[in-house]
Amino acid sequence: MPDCDLCCLCTFGKCDLTGDKRGACGINMAGQQSRIVLIACCMGASTHTAHARHMLDHLIEEFGKDTPLDVAINTNVEAPNIRLVCGIRPKTLRDLEDALDYVETQLVQLLAATHTGQEGDNIDFESKAFHAGMLDHVAMEVADIEQIATLGMPKGVADTPTTDLGIGSLDSKKAVILCIGHNVLPSIDIIDYLMENDLFDEVEVGGICCTAHDNSRYNKRAKIIGPISWQLRFIRSGIPDLVVVDEQCLRTDIIEEAKKIGAPVIASSEKSMLGLPNRTNDDPANVVDDLVTGKVPGVLIINPRKVGEVAVKTVMKVHGNRKSFMPLTVEAISEQARKCRDCMECVRACPNNLPINDAVRAAANGDMEPLGAIYPLCVGCGRCESACPVGFSLISFFNKGAEKVIQNEKFPIRVGRGAITDVEIREVGSPIVFGEIPGLIAMVGCANFPAGGNEVAKISEEFLNRRFIVVASGCSAMNIAMTRDEEGLNLYQKFPGDFDAGGLVNVGSCVANSHISGAAIKIANIFAKRPLRGNYEEIADYIHNRVGAVGVAWGAMSQKAASIAAGCWRLGIPVVVGPHGAKYRRMLLGRKENVEDWKVFNARDGKEVYIGPVPEHLFYTAETMEEAIVMIAKLTMRPNDTNKGRAVKLSHYIDLHQKYYNTMPDDLNFFVRRLQDIPFTMRDEVTKALQEKDWVEDEIASPDPTLLDRMVRRRD
Amino acid sequence: MPGRPITGQLAEIAGPRKAQIFPSAEVVISLIKKASRPLFVIGSESINVATVDGKFVDTSIRLLRNPKMTLVATGHLVAEFKKRKENRVFSMQLMNLGDRLRDPIWGGFDGKGSYDLVIFTGFPYYLEWLVLSGLKSFAMELSTISLDRTYQPNATWSIGYMVEKEWKEEIEKIVKNLEESG
Repeated sequence: MPDCDLCCLCTFGKCDLTGDKRGACGINMAGQQSRIVLIACCMGASTHTAHARHMLDHLIEEFGKDTPLDVAINTNVEAPNIRLVCGIRPKTLRDLEDALDYVETQLVQLLAATHTGQEGDNIDFESKAFHAGMLDHVAMEVADIEQIATLGMPKGVADTPTTDLGIGSLDSKKAVILCIGHNVLPSIDIIDYLMENDLFDEVEVGGICCTAHDNSRYNKRAKIIGPISWQLRFIRSGIPDLVVVDEQCLRTDIIEEAKKIGAPVIASSEKSMLGLPNRTNDDPANVVDDLVTGKVPGVLIINPRKVGEVAVKTVMKVHGNRKSFMPLTVEAISEQARKCRDCMECVRACPNNLPINDAVRAAANGDMEPLGAIYPLCVGCGRCESACPVGFSLISFFNKGAEKVIQNEKFPIRVGRGAITDVEIREVGSPIVFGEIPGLIAMVGCANFPAGGNEVAKISEEFLNRRFIVVASGCSAMNIAMTRDEEGLNLYQKFPGDFDAGGLVNVGSCVANSHISGAAIKIANIFAKRPLRGNYEEIADYIHNRVGAVGVAWGAMSQKAASIAAGCWRLGIPVVVGPHGAKYRRMLLGRKENVEDWKVFNARDGKEVYIGPVPEHLFYTAETMEEAIVMIAKLTMRPNDTNKGRAVKLSHYIDLHQKYYNTMPDDLNFFVRRLQDIPFTMRDEVTKALQEKDWVEDEIASPDPTLLDRMVRRRD
Repeated sequence: MPGRPITGQLAEIAGPRKAQIFPSAEVVISLIKKASRPLFVIGSESINVATVDGKFVDTSIRLLRNPKMTLVATGHLVAEFKKRKENRVFSMQLMNLGDRLRDPIWGGFDGKGSYDLVIFTGFPYYLEWLVLSGLKSFAMELSTISLDRTYQPNATWSIGYMVEKEWKEEIEKIVKNLEESG
């Protein structure tokens, strides 16, 4: 699904690659699409790697190279990705340098393969994208375990503290510091400065995106404002007195936005300097003075400790003295709205074609409700404003329309817990591998949702009620918190944080995704006793054939999401994305009817046997939430399922299909291996469906499945 | 008629090979009638798109009066057809369908072979854009039509952008003719 018919990466181009055309270098459309995928995965993996390296250098400086990696209670296998990929058991911060050295070296090789006149075959590009994904999980693991080991974040406990999430959770009578990004170091020093000077009663620290998760893991008094898409809307609320940005997923127009509300900006990373003067080595008093007086709109400070001091001193002086911000009134919006030309550019600019023009037209007549109805569906990109020829501040319009909703936007969320412990893996390993816990669903990724974040909560609840394990991270973990039931409870209040059936596990920020892949790896290692170090092929073979895990990135947006997904694919874990995920240009789809595609070796006797299409796809875009839910249930099936396990999984697949499609699935003949697989309560209807397909018992085998010839134990 | 080459989203501009805009509803009708195996692909947004019958999902059912027409619902849309007691509509997810449409030896829903003309309507704009893009490059023998109300450059033919009233009238003209010629 090419997102563009052209290649414009070298000066031969632009080259038209449509259909069977080739570019000046000889590349074809399939190769070019996979090349872009590899570039995206390299970008994503490099971003996590650079993040991990920056933190590691700093933490070694602060805590020393010999700081032990004590990162999870009741756990011996504390770095499964690093052990698996790098073949080392890291014990101290020093050892993490070796892991990153490997990742950095490999990433350079991968990126080099995308140069004009290097790799040309789409499958080889895809293989390299998988490699980038695998490296990404190592980098994420380094990033998370180094901060857990040194910064006192939770170490795998289920009942982590609860913090507040949402714009309404902030006390705007206090000075408010908004921290945006992913690298928690500057925010940590802000929190430390507040603690050391006993100022938390005067200053609120709220975060957006993954920095918010990690702030709250460090200190539960830090609030989570919301996911990545809350940047514009929160700044436009006028609440923040100071904006501190670190790295990744930032709005690059943050200076202009902060200026509108008179809030200064502190940038704290070389990777995102925003054109600001470097004041790292200046006297903090002078820097504070320049920020408070508005002499400069912002500064760059590449020293977390100094960021802490400057941020707190600045915000306390700025608070209450900002004069430039005047919130929009209903009357002002109505008056402006009457100037709307009804050109529809806002609707065409919106990623989800939301009916913005209709809402503006209603506002012109004083009806603000339709603007408010846009708010929960808006992904906060601001493209509508950019397109508007009249220059409406549409995000601010939506905020005004949803004013009451925003004031009540306060939800509890368990802070990220980090790793899954070895003890938990021992307890759930068997029921997961044999299918009695029907699946492990990972709700991950960004907030580019097709129809609002509440769909993430709905998907999660559907599986939690069915006793799947649901793990969550990043923006999705936040969005899960933002939907309440009739009794006012959200999913974090209704489901425990245990890694067990019916548990909702917030692992933390996006680098904590490594704990999700790590849990799958540990099932193979701890439960099945498969050797871990440097044994990727065997472990991935195990996971693919036995562990019913499915990743769901319903709002996937970034290149990091691409590389995280690629790391899952390499481990054999399927990933379902929302409709915007189709912009990743290609899917990894199976064809269930092609019998030859679904054969494995039976490790017991070496025979190649047909196991049915399980899992059917590795990367799949669903058009609707309902389609996604049914597909997720189907993708949890594995060839190793016991009869009981397969029956449990089939019962969910069939029940969900009936619930959302209002029909029986028409492909049960591919998944029922023998009569014992049929869910007892569905026996009659399933048997009828199988008869219509001329199903024959035991055509689908139940082997000890492996794709690796070398894993065959005995040959008959 | 004809519609205008205005895309449903600002940045989804056409590549070097772009859809022709139908000069009239008669050409749409003629192309569909001439096809030996046309397939209508009805997307999840059909439940939100207003037509003279209510929603497009209702209008699409009328097409089945023509025995030549095969309808497939994507997403979970088949549930809407079932609610309307309509059981002749096939169901396949869009990704699975796109993958099969690019396969020249796919037997189709009736096992009689691949389709020569595929008509799309009722999708999130960008999603249809991408699937049509895939078919443009990887199913080059296949002709595609978009009946949606905005221009879809990656189709072979697109109805183009029309105001809602005009689009409803054109769709009614097309569907009426196809159902009556069955």
